[in-house]
This record gives sequence, C-alpha cells and structure tokens, in this order.
Amino acid sequence: MEQTQDKSTMVVFSGDLDKAMASFIIATGAAAMGKQVTMFFTFWGLNILRKEEYVNVKKTFMDKMFAKMMPRGPEKLGISKMNYGGLGGKMMKYTMKKKNIVTLKELIEMAQDLDVKMVACTMSMDVMGITKEELIDGLDYAGVASYLADADESKINLFI
Amino acid sequence: MNVKQTLDTKGLSCPMPIVKTKKAMDGLASGDILEVLATDKGAVNDLSAWSKSSGHELLDHKEEDGVFKFWIKKG
Repeated sequence: MEQTQDKSTMVVFSGDLDKAMASFIIATGAAAMGKQVTMFFTFWGLNILRKEEYVNVKKTFMDKMFAKMMPRGPEKLGISKMNYGGLGGKMMKYTMKKKNIVTLKELIEMAQDLDVKMVACTMSMDVMGITKEELIDGLDYAGVASYLADADESKINLFI
Repeated sequence: MNVKQTLDTKGLSCPMPIVKTKKAMDGLASGDILEVLATDKGAVNDLSAWSKSSGHELLDHKEEDGVFKFWIKKG
C-alpha cells in the first residue's frame, strides 16, 4: 500500500564533485528526516553513478570518445570552481579527509542504505552513450514523466 | 533522566549526526530516550529541526567542554 509520506525530489544535472556532494548531503539528510527521496540523474550527473572500472560494452566511435573523456565515478569528478585540471579537486578531497568530512562515495552508499531512490535518465544515457552495465547497481531507469509525477507529490524539489 | 541508549557522533560532520541519530532512533521504542553526543557546530540547530520534523521531542541539550549533549524522546 502506498504510504502517505513527505516526498523530496532532486534533479542532479551537474557532474561536479562539490555539487554532487551537496546533492547527496541534502538527499541523505532528507531521508534521515523521514522523507521519501528521489534523485534523478541526467546529463553530467550520470557520471556520478558510473562504475570506477572500465566496462567493455559495444559502442559507436562517438560514444567511446564520450565515455573516455568523462569521469568514471565519484572519485574522478572535478570541482565546479578552481579545479585547475584536477589539482583543485585533489586539494579539496585532501582537506575534506583531514577535517573528517564524509566522502562522496560514502554518501552514495549511505543514500542507498537509506532507501533513496536513484533514477538514471534514459534519454541522457542515450545521448552520452552510457549503458546500464556501466552504472552502479540498484538504480531505476526512467524519463521525464516519472520525474514529474514524483515532483508533483513533493514539497521539496531541487535542480542541481 | 532514564537514557536508553547513547550515540556518539563526536568528530562527525553534517549530515552524519542526523543520519546516525535516525538509525539509532529506528531501533528504539516510543517513549525511549536517546542521548546524542556531537561536536558539529551546526548540531544544535540541526538536531532541533530533525526532532521537530521527525515527530520526536528534544527534551534538553547542553554544551560541556565543546561537546554538545542532546536528549531526545522518541515520539
């Protein structure tokens, strides 16, 4: 039976480390406050959900190029400002570790543990040539109607 | 105060204190009191807000040598 529960939805468009962290902090926080949280990953945001290892799937030349140029998973993302070819991201991760701040990878695991629904936008997957095999387990796959239906029932709705 | 369980979140930063508090609270029964220790400077506002919107009662909180202590009664 469908439970009447507060819902929160989020579109994660950005694949920047800092914005991804903000998304997952809000998502895990909302889940801890008893909300049913749905995160929709679209365009660059899909890179957050990529497996770290290379997955051998048949692709067109263009799709292969795209896959090579984009970061594979949470450890490879850059930051939205002062990235300086990855150096800024490394510095950010270093200082966060020193200050005992939870990593993006841990946040993702925590979100899954708290039953945050993570949805990969299938149209973006087509555009960027990303297949299900290349993404982490436990995802849902859907499009704009599914997002809008969830957003309609939500009190909190963000685009990051 | 009859504390059922103590949760130590010292050294952890946002959002860990509320995530851990939520998990600890899930294991308790209605009326039980959970004691939470935290050092995150946002914890006073965060745990107050968390208790309020999750239907629990923040009975009291205080600061002792830089450690915040909270007593939350499960709703």
